[in-house]
Amino acid sequence: MDPPLGDLRSESGSVADDPSGSSELAVGKGAQAAIELYSETGLGADETVDITKEREASSIDEVLDRLDADLVGLAPVKTRIREISALLLVDRLRRRYGLHSARPTLHMCFTGSPGTGKTTVALRMAEILKRLGYLEKGHLVAVSRDDLVGQYIGHTAPKTREVIKRAMGGVLFIDEAYYLYRPENERDYGQETIEILLQMMESQRQDLVVILAGYKDRMDTFFRSNPGMSSRIAHHLDFPDYTLEELAAIGRLMLAEQGYEMGSEAEAVFASYLERRMRQPRFANARSVRNALERARLRHADRLMRGGGVLRKADLVRLEPEDLLKSRVFDDPVISGAATPT
Amino acid sequence: MRITQGAFSYLPDLTEAEIGLQVQYAIDNGWAIAVELTDDPHPRNTYWEMWGLPMFEISSPSAVLHEIDRCRQAFPSHYVRVSAYDASYGRQTTALSFLVQRPEKEPGFRLDRQERSDRRIGYQLHAYAADRPHGERYGA
Repeated sequence: MDPPLGDLRSESGSVADDPSGSSELAVGKGAQAAIELYSETGLGADETVDITKEREASSIDEVLDRLDADLVGLAPVKTRIREISALLLVDRLRRRYGLHSARPTLHMCFTGSPGTGKTTVALRMAEILKRLGYLEKGHLVAVSRDDLVGQYIGHTAPKTREVIKRAMGGVLFIDEAYYLYRPENERDYGQETIEILLQMMESQRQDLVVILAGYKDRMDTFFRSNPGMSSRIAHHLDFPDYTLEELAAIGRLMLAEQGYEMGSEAEAVFASYLERRMRQPRFANARSVRNALERARLRHADRLMRGGGVLRKADLVRLEPEDLLKSRVFDDPVISGAATPT
Repeated sequence: MRITQGAFSYLPDLTEAEIGLQVQYAIDNGWAIAVELTDDPHPRNTYWEMWGLPMFEISSPSAVLHEIDRCRQAFPSHYVRVSAYDASYGRQTTALSFLVQRPEKEPGFRLDRQERSDRRIGYQLHAYAADRPHGERYGA
């Protein structure tokens, strides 16, 4: 072999020899140089690292602060996300000293009632993990049973693999994951999906984070029948239902995002609306709040059109109590198996 | 004889990290990536067998590296290549293709001369490995 070729090989070989290299594929040249620097010239025991600086460099606070500001409540979830961020940051510093701890597994399970923010948090999680260098791309691939399970023999495995491959470098979010397992049909192809998923969760740990989501009781049944799945998931996060105050705050945030506002009178009406709605069946937390506000917007628009005449900006922005009071929720104070309010 | 085919084949074999970088380049260009294999590496054999389906919509090269690994395990002594297809209108062809595995022993090709009419000579390449049946050509 010609000497120049030999040179080329040894030059590029150093990247491959780096044990952390495989997960950092295709990052910029500068980042690659940084990887080599850290892993090859470990810092001495007496040298110091600045965790504050590192924290600033990762701009993780920005994401966490936005998480705090945008998502109302969810204290246990936020705490866990903070803990995970801290762990990844500390791991990064440890690597500078040549301390190689095993890469933490971050497969997660989100349980909670409908509308408690599981999907939203998963999206944020993908972004956070990317900022901390745990994931390479940080995109979210949201799938449900239909996207994973095939329709005939031999269809499931390639289908599942393809979805997993699309999610590599990011987060695979499986909504209503308990549907994967149908105990009433022992020949159900869902079992095959679970097996492939388990295998890939183990073997592709460095480029894949799987988040399962679903209602608490059904996920518990799911894990009981798939103990392997349960043990491979390190983080079981439970999303608590929102309190009345939190729901009101969520409503305010949603309105502000869309350029509406409520006067104090309307807010009081909205609070009593929420109180009644919460006691009704099929209450879906933040999702119900959004739907209620959508309907209020409709009535607001309808009221303006009926009224006619000259309008000011304030008229277009402000929701009045009557926009909310017309809701059917106020019609029957007695809770029965009533249909969804309109 | 070391077979040179596709891109980078005059260079030393690419490392995993380098393969990943090339695949990333293909992904960034929006090309669909496929893993292909053969034990008949004649230069005119353009139709290699495909390993699984071509990969669309992937965002990380690790998906391709994973498939390459699975293919190597299943066919440890075949030629394996990665090809990237550019589907954009006006091109619609393979945009990049390079070998990621070759058999340990490559016996190479024999040149056959054919005596034809009027003392003309025809030439033909014959892979030594092709004497053995498909699937057993480069051992196991």
